[in-house]
Amino acid sequence: MANILVYALHYEGAINKNSLGAVSEGADLAAKTGGECHAILVGEGVADDLAASLGTHGATKVLRAEGPEGLAQPVVDAMAAAWASGAYDYALFGGGLLGFEVGAGLAARLGIGVAMEITAVHITDGALVAERPVLGDSAISEIRFAGEKGIIIGRLNAFELRESGSGPAAVENLDVSYSPFSTQAQMLIRGEQRGEQVDIEGANVLVAGGRGLGAAEGFQLCEDLASAFGGGAAVAATRAVVDAGWFPYAGQIGQTGKTVAPKLYLAAGISGAIQHKVGMQNSENIVAINKDANAPIFEFSDLGIVGDLNKILPKLTEAVKAKKGG
Amino acid sequence: MDRSGEKNLNPYDTHAIEAAMQLKESGALPVEEIVAVSMGPESAVRALHKAVSLGADRSVHLSDDALAGSDVAGTGYALAQVLRREEPNLVLLGQQSDDGECYTVGAVVADHLQMPSLTQVIKLEVEGGTELKAERQAEYGYDTVKVQLPAVISVGDAINEPRYPSLKAIMGAKKKPLDTVGTGDVGIDAAKVGGDNATAKWVGSSLPPKKEPGQIIEDEDTAETVEKIVAWLDERKLI
Ligand SMILES: Cc1cc2nc3c(=O)[nH]c(=O)nc-3n(C[C@H](O)[C@H](O)[C@H](O)COP(=O)(O)OP(=O)(O)OC[C@H]3O[C@@H](n4cnc5c(N)ncnc54)[C@H](O)[C@@H]3O)c2cc1C
Ligand SMILES: Nc1ncnc2c1ncn2[C@@H]1O[C@H](COP(=O)(O)O)[C@@H](O)[C@H]1O
Repeated sequence: MANILVYALHYEGAINKNSLGAVSEGADLAAKTGGECHAILVGEGVADDLAASLGTHGATKVLRAEGPEGLAQPVVDAMAAAWASGAYDYALFGGGLLGFEVGAGLAARLGIGVAMEITAVHITDGALVAERPVLGDSAISEIRFAGEKGIIIGRLNAFELRESGSGPAAVENLDVSYSPFSTQAQMLIRGEQRGEQVDIEGANVLVAGGRGLGAAEGFQLCEDLASAFGGGAAVAATRAVVDAGWFPYAGQIGQTGKTVAPKLYLAAGISGAIQHKVGMQNSENIVAINKDANAPIFEFSDLGIVGDLNKILPKLTEAVKAKKGG
Repeated sequence: MDRSGEKNLNPYDTHAIEAAMQLKESGALPVEEIVAVSMGPESAVRALHKAVSLGADRSVHLSDDALAGSDVAGTGYALAQVLRREEPNLVLLGQQSDDGECYTVGAVVADHLQMPSLTQVIKLEVEGGTELKAERQAEYGYDTVKVQLPAVISVGDAINEPRYPSLKAIMGAKKKPLDTVGTGDVGIDAAKVGGDNATAKWVGSSLPPKKEPGQIIEDEDTAETVEKIVAWLDERKLI
């Protein structure tokens, strides 16, 4: 029997999609082992409805703790308080950022094992075994937890959303006394949208640019190619260039950005880091231009061009325009 | 996952050293000394030499056969034991290790040291000598967080452009103090570290479903390359 506690991240009245996936996965694993799946929410005045809604995805109980939002350590305190009841065997997190921090902190606190970037969980002899792709996703390692207690942090989009529950879950308030150090970080601004609003989720063609563009001005090459494709095409980016201020956050693909699956995704000057890949790997057709023949992105491209984007993009733009015109 | 690597300095960690140097040089924080700490086999000394050539004042090498094969929880615990002894005001880490790629050692270290913590920080300002204002990107956009010192901060690679060490600094690196410690020296409970005691244990491996490799074009004649790309797109009705 495995009783599972799932952390549900929420923001502005909505539960994070990856957390809903984790609750679905937790419910499935609990059901298969004859256990229960509970979820935990930490926040300021979390509404009854929001908490109870996790029942839809299979949580049979939701623990609600009053506490600061957007920071990991208060959640570690809350989950450790819940864990003290002795009821839980595993904690589960969806992909993103906060869950990584919470899960690792909780592992330290509880003295149990933690595995991250997990893409699947299976059950062997009643224990959970987590699968983690390693070495640029060329192999999958299987991880088992000592004492059959552990913490599993999913990779972005790894856990499928399912509505296996039978309605609203029971909501129980959890009293937490926060550690002094957990309250020594204080959120000043949360969720700032740097740069203008751009829509990349609705596009059927995405021209994505990375650090290989060299400078913010390099994005003009991507903009030009996207315009050549016409309506339905947009420009997207990696975290590296968004952090550098070259492109708006709203256009970022990946672990802490958007998940997209256009008909055509064309990457220019992008290395293909796992944290980027997880946000675009379901694109129908993947084309990459990179001057480094060993760039990881070629491992998951349908068409790879080894070359200088500064030479290729302008000519490609002209050719696409000509094709469209003709 | 074998986390005993760290043979050369993890490139992500050069950003952490650079961040320390900038805090020291700007005077934003009164920095007495910058200490580089690495856990790894004998070859980790090379990483520490690089770290001091980039500006660290001295280094500590945690090396012990008992540590081989430690998982994230074990690594974070062991590092925390070394750090505890140094009584740091600020612990800086990189965004990810090049061997483990867990981006979580900072969170483990912080819980053991009972210090506030953030990962993936791309801007760090000191306020009044006792507080940091840190910015980082999380799931919903950029967060700005006030953090009291002492704290554990993992920096993202966008925080700075690490300097190159001067030839003189490279030559001088071997002269800077290097302290080698084992588990017993820093009070590490050997039952909590190493591959055999890992709480998350590697028990097997498999291969992912085989994917047809994509087509590769080496760009020699760009006009020809572009023709091929357009034909490829056209075949799939993507234009
Ligand atoms: C917790 C966490 C979350 C993250 N979240 C995200 C996320 O949401 N999204 C994301 O994208 N990343 C994310 N990252 C960062 C990720 O790990 C990579 O650092 C980032 O994706 C790299 O961006 P890049 O490909 O633009 O840059 P680089 O990795 O620097 O790659 C640049 C590429 O450009 C090529 N190049 C250079 N010049 C040229 C030229 N003239 N012509 C052709 N090619 C050229 C180079 O060969 C290189 O491959 C995250 C990391 C962590 C640790
Ligand atoms: N063996 C180690 N010795 C020193 N620092 C480490 C070690 N392993 C990880 N770190 C630090 O923790 C950061 C994150 O590593 P990881 O969580 O493994 O991705 C790295 O960038 C390093 O700063």
